[in-house]
This record gives sequence, structure tokens and C-alpha cells, in this order.
Amino acid sequence: MKYMNEYRDPILAKQYLEEIKKTVTQNWRIMEVCGGQTHSLVKNGIIDMLPKEITMVHGPGCPVCVTPLHLIDKAVHLALNENVILCSFGDMLRVPGSEKSLLEAKAEGGDVRILYSPLEAVKIAEENPEKDVVFFAVGFETTAPANALSVIHAHRKGLKNYSILASHVLVPPAIENVMEDPDSHIDGFLAAGHVCTIMGNFEYYPLVEKYKVPIVVTGFEPLDVLQGILMVVRQLEVNKAEVENQYARIVREEGNIEAQKVIFEVFEITDRLWRGMEIIPMSGYQVKEKYASFDATKKYQIDIEEAEENQECIAGEIMKGIKKPFECPQFGKKCKPTNPLGAPMVSSEGACAAYFHYSGLVER
Amino acid sequence: MCLAIPGKIKSIELQYDGALRMAKINFGGITKEASLEMLPDANIGDYVLVHVGVAISKVDEEEAKKTFKYLKEIGELGDLTDVDNYIPEDTTSGDISLDEVTKDQ
Ligand code: SF4
Repeated sequence: MKYMNEYRDPILAKQYLEEIKKTVTQNWRIMEVCGGQTHSLVKNGIIDMLPKEITMVHGPGCPVCVTPLHLIDKAVHLALNENVILCSFGDMLRVPGSEKSLLEAKAEGGDVRILYSPLEAVKIAEENPEKDVVFFAVGFETTAPANALSVIHAHRKGLKNYSILASHVLVPPAIENVMEDPDSHIDGFLAAGHVCTIMGNFEYYPLVEKYKVPIVVTGFEPLDVLQGILMVVRQLEVNKAEVENQYARIVREEGNIEAQKVIFEVFEITDRLWRGMEIIPMSGYQVKEKYASFDATKKYQIDIEEAEENQECIAGEIMKGIKKPFECPQFGKKCKPTNPLGAPMVSSEGACAAYFHYSGLVER
Repeated sequence: MCLAIPGKIKSIELQYDGALRMAKINFGGITKEASLEMLPDANIGDYVLVHVGVAISKVDEEEAKKTFKYLKEIGELGDLTDVDNYIPEDTTSGDISLDEVTKDQ
């Protein structure tokens, strides 16, 4: 319990662990979808305290990690365009493209700016009418309202020099993809609480029906994750498969309707390539035709050849939960946060970064 | 990047003839702007979860403080402070603020 002491309630954490131990009678593989949950598990040492019957498998819930290589190459290309200010969340900066990262583009003189919010990018566009501002809009459902709102704000302000390079992915189709993969063998899921804050829980009922797996909507703090695991295990042990909400203090059944309205004002659902994985049908958002002038992929004809992934990086298998980061031959050797071969080593939500930083806690 | 950070609404400004509500939100001493468009019933004094500049959910005060403390402990507040142009807290406001939870640090 060494690492637990620092956090909210060590006694309660212990109780959850005891309860999990008492409940479990068979081996179960549980996937946490959200990268924040992965970090909670690894950093707090929970992963070592769970009974050996439970294997936690880290899912594809890192938007930075699944942003396709060709989109990063496009962002780099735009960043090197003298007329463009390329804005992005900080996490994207070091992610390797096929030739260079945004950080390297910045070092070469590209105007790359790290922002906290896409709404700030709209302000930059307003203040720099002679420049084109592009926001690299990556994210899951949680981030989609903010990215959509930036387009709506730019539209309201009549800005002609703002656009987004959208790389939006959706959780339910990813769960479906994992379940369809014969190598994954997942018995239950912790769904991502902040995604459901926006989208609600209703998308998960058909998945539970179809695949007979429990899905528990779960927060990201250690106690949330422990409670979520307990809820999944309780269902599994009595052969149930239902949608449950561990994070009810934040997540409402219907989600945030206003946010959903904003998303679907600007975006529509489309097929999308997940880096290291494959094209997953209806698994992302693209900008609707109505807002085409704010869509960087339409505004700029960028013909970049689709580059090959670095063969040494097994990020795809990591993201699907088939392998653990320490099973990658390059983990901690050629691949480190300062010199990453793949995105999961850079992103604050990437599984490889979690193991790299806290691997002292993960002895196996 | 997907984390939402709890903060307290200090003030609300209406833009576009009231069509748009932008709030100044206090995150333990750092004030940032966030849109309240997803939370039409949020008001001054409420605690909200903010994700990349947009408030996405109301939270109660206790929950907000616990979550904020946790995020601070695990060093996940970088999103707020890494950017160059944040507005430092004005020290004149005497109301209960999220920075209380950080004083024992
Ligand atoms: S350790 Fe590095 S090379 Fe290996 S899978 Fe992770 S990101 Fe790729």
C-alpha cells in the first residue's frame, strides 16, 4: 500500500482490494479504455496489488497515440508553411511523424504554438489576420465539443483564416474492434468516464448485448479504478454482462446534451484510421460539408505519400492490449520519452510512457 | 489530455448579445477563461469540470476539491500552467477558492 497512502483514502482502497480478492475465483482480463486510468493503475501500483487472477489490459484510449502518421506529417507540413500558425495541444509536440515531429518543425522555424484550448487558437486567428491559423484537433468524444466550438466561434466571428486538422476518434467502435480481434480476449471493460460525461451511456448497451461483456463507466482516480474493477469482477463472477456507472457523481445517463448538439452541428461520423491498428468503420468525426472552409484537409491540398510505420514499434499490439510495453524489444532501449519511436512513449496518456516513468512499481 | 480539471466560476461575461457565455474560472490560484455554452445553468460560485477551455459538467464543492488535490498530486495540472499566457490569480478576491486545498502542500 506504499503508494496508495498519498491519495484520497487508503482504507477504502484497501477495502476495495480485499473485496476484489474475495470475489474473484477465476482468471479475468479487463481492459481499461482510458489512458488516464492506465496511468492511475501503473503509477499508484494498483496493477501489482490486484489478485493474480486479474490481468489489466491497457486499451487504445490515448488520442495522441492513435492519430495516424499521415495526419502528423500533414501537421508538420503545415507548420513549415510560412503563412501558417500551427496550434496544438502540448502532447502532440514530440510525437514522431515519418520524418519529423512538430517540435522539430518548430526548431526549423515553423510557427508552432502550444495551447490549452482550441478557443485560444480562434483568438490568435483574430489577432493575426494576415496569417492562417490551423488547430490540430485531436481527441476523443471529451474533446470534440471544444474543437467543434472553436469552429462555431470562428464562423460567428466571420474569420476566414481559421481551420482545424481534425483527428477525432470514438470509444464505442474501438471497443467493438477489440472484441472482434481474435487475439484480444477481453472479458470486461472499464469505459472512460469523461467520454461518457459528454456522450452518456446509451452507446454501450448494444455492445453489452452483442458481446456479452460487462462495461462499467469509470472515473480515473485510483479509487474509481479499483471500484470499477470490483464492479466488473462482480458481474463476471455471476455471469452477468451489463452497463454500470461507477462515475455517477459526474456521468449522467444521457450525457451532456448541449455538448452533443455542438458536436453534431460541426462534425459527422466517418470511418477512421487508428495509428498502429486499422481503419475502423464509423469510428471518428470529420467536419461537415457546411463548415468545409474550416476543414484544413479541404482548405489545403496536401499531397503527402502515406509513409510506412516504424517497423520496430509495436504500438498497435500495445493499443489493442495484445502486448505489454515491456514486451517491446525497444522499450527503454532505443525508445525513451526523450527519443520516442512511437506515440505511446510520448503522450501523457500512452501506456509505454506510463511503464517507462513508473516501472519501478511494476516488477514482473 | 482527456482529463477535466475542476475549478470555480468567478465571473461570467456575455458575448454576442448574450448568445455566448464565457467565464473566468479559478483553478487553485490560476484563472483561465472557459466557455459555459455546454452548461446553460452554471452560475457564479458553481464548481465545474473544465476540459480544454470548455466547462463540461457541474460538480459539487467537495468533489471538486478532492479531484483538484489528486490532480495536483499526480502532477496533471501541467495543461494549465505550461502555456505562456495564463492570467495569475488576483489576490484581492477573498472568497473561498480552490487554492485552499493546496495550502497544505
Ligand atoms: S516502447 Fe516505444 S517502440 Fe515499443 S511499442 Fe512503445 S512506443 Fe513503440
